[in-house]
Amino acid sequence: MAGTFALRVVSPQGNVLKDDVEFMVLPSEAGELGILPNHAPLIAGLNVGVMRYTKDGSTQRLAISGGFVEVADNQVTVLAETAEPGGMIDLARALAAKERAEKRLSMRTGEIDVRRAELALRKALARISAAEDEAKQH
Amino acid sequence: MAGVRDIRRRIRSVRNMQQITKAMKMVAAAKLRKAQEKVIAARPYARQLQAVLARLAQAQVDVSHPLLEKRPVQKLGYILVTSDRGLCGGFNASLIRMTDSIIQEESRSSGLVAVGRKGRDFFRRKANLITEFIGLGDDPSYGQAKNIAEAVIRLYQDGELDEVHLIYAEFINAIQQKPTMLKLLPIEQPEGKLGRQYIFEPSPADIIARLLPKYVEILIFRALLESKASEQGARMTAMGSATDNAKEMIDRLTLAMNRARQAAITKEISEIVGGAAALE
Repeated sequence: MAGTFALRVVSPQGNVLKDDVEFMVLPSEAGELGILPNHAPLIAGLNVGVMRYTKDGSTQRLAISGGFVEVADNQVTVLAETAEPGGMIDLARALAAKERAEKRLSMRTGEIDVRRAELALRKALARISAAEDEAKQH
Repeated sequence: MAGVRDIRRRIRSVRNMQQITKAMKMVAAAKLRKAQEKVIAARPYARQLQAVLARLAQAQVDVSHPLLEKRPVQKLGYILVTSDRGLCGGFNASLIRMTDSIIQEESRSSGLVAVGRKGRDFFRRKANLITEFIGLGDDPSYGQAKNIAEAVIRLYQDGELDEVHLIYAEFINAIQQKPTMLKLLPIEQPEGKLGRQYIFEPSPADIIARLLPKYVEILIFRALLESKASEQGARMTAMGSATDNAKEMIDRLTLAMNRARQAAITKEISEIVGGAAALE
């Protein structure tokens, strides 16, 4: 291991996470983006999805809904509209949200509704996958 | 002089009012603390977003975006953030007064986006009210800020508005709130020093297109949170002084009541003495 780097996750609701980690994977716009210590300065857009990071050999997950990441000087800052640690996600609620979004999608009304429902569905899926993977680990 | 019984009745009603204002003061104090925490919690995100925007500016890449573009201003837009409920002293009045005088002094035409019932009620017939957002509750969410941002960005991009300002009450402390105007659109890009070279993924243009709406959202979100904290602070102060006034009034009325009672007793005694003297 080539040491660690500082990871910070912030959302409009406050600081979500501040830790030194060894490795992380982000759902970037162009696909999964892995970051190791001493990464080159980078600013990237993020998709709705699951972000993973490894600290002391164990992997943690966060469901994030889009945003940005900035990497500089071994400091990674993730700016996300929402960021929920996998262990804190209410799986039943996420499943209900997924069903609601699917139902709305199947009805196909108005352009904006479809876009919103799709976004809601993607967010729900990210939350479900983060929560399930987290549960599997323990 | 009013009778003892009347005064006693008034004391009782003032005391009831005092209890209400006291309770409202305490509720406002609790809500103020929560609102303040939210304001502080939103700060790091806002600061980081601004930092990324500055990095983009310093990267000296050619970034052009409708939201950055200055154009001749024909129609000004104002987003006025007020509260939905009253009983908070001069909070809404000072915001409305400020907005009103800005619109009066401006020779160009202007439109208003009202956030909060009080501002809407005032400007409903007066100014050109474009749209309104009512009933945000005590805990403004990011989603609400996002809705407002979307509507405003649409107005701006459709050419309905050429410049948008945000008017809200900046929270200084529980007793002080400052009506503040902030230019929202077009976005002023922060000056960045030339620094390290960043890799932009997918591209600077793409990042900026995604970042700018978020920047508008967080500015509005922060204004909503600041305004909410200011409102609770103003309410707490207003209800505190109402409680003090009630106490003063009760003291005065108690004094008046005791005097009236004393006068009645004195009168009765002198009548008895007078009556006894007449018998002798």
